[in-house]
Amino acid sequence: MTARTAPLADAARTPRHAETALRMETAELGMWVFIATEILFFGGLFFAYLYGRTHWPEGFAAAGRRTDVVLGTLNTAVLLTSSFAVALAVAAAEHDRRRWVARLLWLTAALGVVFLVIKGTEYRHEWSEHLFPGPGFALAATAGAELFFVLYFLTTGLHALHLTIGIVLMGAFAAGTEHASGWAHPPRLQVAALYWHFVDVVWIFLYPLLYLIVRHS
Amino acid sequence: MSYLDDGYTLRSWLTTHDHKRIAILYAIAITGFFFIGGAAATLIRLELATPAGDLVSHDTYNKLFTAHGVIMVWLFLIPSIPSVMGNFVLPLMIGARDLAFPRLNLLSWYLYMGGGILTLAALFLGGVDTGWTFYTPYSTMFSNSYVLLTLTGVFIVGFSSILTGLNFIVTVHTLRVPGMGWFQLPLFVWAIYATSAILVLATPVLAITLLLVAAERLFQIGVFDPAYGGDPLLFQHMFWFYSHPAVYIMVLPAMGLVSEIVPCFARKRIFGYRFMAYAILGIASIGFLVWGHHMFVSGQSMTASLVFSLLSFVVAVPSAIKVFNWTATLYKGSIRFDAPMLYALGFVGLFTIGGLTGLILAALAVDVHLTDTYFVVSHFHYIMVGGSVMAYFGGLHFWWPKVTGRLYSGVWARIAAVIMFIGFNLTFFPQYVLGYQGMPRRYHAYPPEFQVLNILSSAGASVLAIGYLLPLVYFAVSLWRGERAGANPWGATGLEWQTASPPPTHNFDTEPAAPKTVYGYDAEADARLAARGAPASTERAEA
Repeated sequence: MTARTAPLADAARTPRHAETALRMETAELGMWVFIATEILFFGGLFFAYLYGRTHWPEGFAAAGRRTDVVLGTLNTAVLLTSSFAVALAVAAAEHDRRRWVARLLWLTAALGVVFLVIKGTEYRHEWSEHLFPGPGFALAATAGAELFFVLYFLTTGLHALHLTIGIVLMGAFAAGTEHASGWAHPPRLQVAALYWHFVDVVWIFLYPLLYLIVRHS
Repeated sequence: MSYLDDGYTLRSWLTTHDHKRIAILYAIAITGFFFIGGAAATLIRLELATPAGDLVSHDTYNKLFTAHGVIMVWLFLIPSIPSVMGNFVLPLMIGARDLAFPRLNLLSWYLYMGGGILTLAALFLGGVDTGWTFYTPYSTMFSNSYVLLTLTGVFIVGFSSILTGLNFIVTVHTLRVPGMGWFQLPLFVWAIYATSAILVLATPVLAITLLLVAAERLFQIGVFDPAYGGDPLLFQHMFWFYSHPAVYIMVLPAMGLVSEIVPCFARKRIFGYRFMAYAILGIASIGFLVWGHHMFVSGQSMTASLVFSLLSFVVAVPSAIKVFNWTATLYKGSIRFDAPMLYALGFVGLFTIGGLTGLILAALAVDVHLTDTYFVVSHFHYIMVGGSVMAYFGGLHFWWPKVTGRLYSGVWARIAAVIMFIGFNLTFFPQYVLGYQGMPRRYHAYPPEFQVLNILSSAGASVLAIGYLLPLVYFAVSLWRGERAGANPWGATGLEWQTASPPPTHNFDTEPAAPKTVYGYDAEADARLAARGAPASTERAEA
């Protein structure tokens, strides 16, 4: 990466466009580095999953069959659509179609909320079926089943937390698109969209591991 | 007007965005934590002066070494050089006005303070007795101490580390002055960059591991406890996957510091600059692959142990390259034994010893005999204390004039460095012998035949303590009565010496030009100039 010419992040001394360009480059790089940390964050849980599946294949299979594949698949479709919406929003922003940007971002946030509602429904079912780890766990007899559900709730819970932050972010940008100050301008939206896509990608990895791979055995 | 004069209120300090002020905030906090961790060590060495467990109960002893480890690792060593010196010097070295995300930098400090205070609270409420390694299932199911509170504190401090690392990475990529390519960067910048990569990639794994420990402790579920269907080795893999790279977080910045000090006080360009940079990257990357060498006797497969042993030997190679290159830099240099140089030389020697004993431990068959003995304790103290802490002091002495604008007493500084070196070796060398003879670690009582060596070690600790306390005195004196330092009292290269001491808030009045060569020292030119009564060549270049 080449060094910048002239600007340092001080509005009083540097040309405004150069400073903005620099700020955006740093902001986007910052988001990528942040995503790298998050990959390792979730990666720890993926490692634990790998460990568990290697050591207790029957337990993981028995537990994996109890997740709701219909709702999980529906959720995947919802999230993928939301990523499509935010990508369209970024494209619209580049053409300065502000009303469409706002609509698409609200749609993205709304789809995120739909995802959370469906997830909440799944959690309710799992609670009533005694699949929450702890005393009274339904599959306590099968070694490894409880670990599967510990990881299931931790990974989907953390994912939901990150998704909630994303929903708030998208809402803020949706509201801010038409704001006079122009703070929600395209380069900044690009960085926020990057975060949303990352949340989506995490789910893309979680979905097969938690719903699909353990089913065919 | 310097950054120190830019507002005198407490509020101006606590709400600053200036990386230099934030560095000082960190320095004060870290010093406090260092002495608290040191107090725990003092009690440990006092207990171990006699074979019987007569000073404290075994429970208290467990809490003491846990407190010592937790505080020294997470609240002192990991943040020390990056958050103090990295924060202060890195933007200056690349000619930038500040870090890429100054407000995030302040948030990092607040997270560090919050997590640190929670950890101290756990200590004062009654402490934790699991060891800093929190092995399961003891930590999750059986320990009756403040595990959760401590874990929460460490978890929060972890986020401070992650954000600092993120900040440094983006800064080095985007805020260098024009003309400063990667291979014109000072090695300290390379070292901080590699350290930041480790901070950013390894710390999240620790965060998740601590979360799982908390989940098991709170909800009594079987993640790590075999009685509930869990696996203690899962914890060890996850914990050491972070904690081995963590030791490179502790040592790489120290190596970077030594690479700044040695050329300056040998008046000679660093030998093998590119190899030094590649070695830093090599240590950082291979360091992620050796975590299993902490688990040779845990019951993991022999194949895994063999692979980890081999890789642990491999990771020593780039470290050795660095030691050779520092030595080669000294050869035919014009060496001045100022305090920073004494600390840097101390680092090179003690790190070599510590590193060689690391190889001894990496040999599988030998490790079976030495694991969990004082040999291991001495090995990591040679590197972390004889290495990193000495380098930290070297950096303090090197950049003190830049940070404060004052010079300290050279005589007392050198006395303190020598006292520290002697005290350190007296404390820790006997521990190699103790370990080899079989004395286990984390025991508050031991067989009487080990007493003589333990007494030597405890005596050494008191000498070492004097070495640590002396700088408090002469540094404080320098603030009130020290001679004013010029921009470049050491005649060093590097952009941080091209601005006033102390620097203005915005670092540079005009953006500096990138130096044509990094480490542009020339001993012969210095000698010719000195013979004519003129200052050193690098200082002259800016005049």
